Amino acid sequence: MKPNSYGQAAPDRLDATFAALADPTRRAILSRLASGEASVAELAKPFAMSQPAISKHLKVLERAGLISRGRDAQRRPCRLVARPLAEADGWLEGYREIWEANYRRLDALLGDLQNGGASQTGEKKRGSTQRKRR
Amino acid sequence: MKNTGTTLKIATPTEREIVMTRIFDAPRRLVFDAHTRPELIKRWLFGPDGWSMTVCEVDLRVGGTYRYVWRHTNGNEMGMGGVFREVVAPERIVATEKFDEAWYPGEAIDTTVFVEKDGKTTITLTVLYESKEARDMALASGMEQGMALGYDRLAAMLARGDS
Repeated sequence: MKPNSYGQAAPDRLDATFAALADPTRRAILSRLASGEASVAELAKPFAMSQPAISKHLKVLERAGLISRGRDAQRRPCRLVARPLAEADGWLEGYREIWEANYRRLDALLGDLQNGGASQTGEKKRGSTQRKRR
Repeated sequence: MKNTGTTLKIATPTEREIVMTRIFDAPRRLVFDAHTRPELIKRWLFGPDGWSMTVCEVDLRVGGTYRYVWRHTNGNEMGMGGVFREVVAPERIVATEKFDEAWYPGEAIDTTVFVEKDGKTTITLTVLYESKEARDMALASGMEQGMALGYDRLAAMLARGDS
């Protein structure tokens, strides 16, 4: 993520997840894998694409941790790895949490202002600004 | 979604917008003030734990600018600002927004509408981005936070296998 965004860590994997998900072919591959593992040849079939082209997409997905490849040297079946997808799914949830935190504090502030600024808001910030308007 | 009245609603009605709606148990004038007076803004607009607002300057008139800077206890800083395009106290504010670190492309336009009914005020904040990509990046900015807070839920969900 961006160094200055609200997050505290910088999990590069999420960047990789989103980059991987940005491509329609890769999303189609993932939905195919959601119904079970498949070989490169099997994955290439529904797409008008060569196996090397599909392999390229698979590498991106593998780097993002979205799929894993089997050990079988011949077939190397691909499997969906659910976890990064679930993490990516949390993106809107995080946005919501940030704004809910803001608005909960605003609730407290508004309560404060209506009580003439006398009460506690449970707010750690300065208490010198409780001037009431009008 | 719960319907407690103070539930935050987030919608993406078009591919360039985020719309947030929230009801506050206070008259409109007060909610408007809390959005426009620096000494009040500083007390609530700083996101997750660890952040605080270090700079808050507001010149509330059409063509006037505002400037916000936040600081995390870990030393990270984040700044943004913009220009007011419409100011109709206590009903409506339209302003541009742009972050110092260009973590989404271009500028966005924030429209905040304040509607009072029966002593309660509904605010609707619409953020219009220059592109879908910019909008999605802005939404994703909360992702780490969501992951941190939601990790237990996530673990439970994956344990059930219904991801």
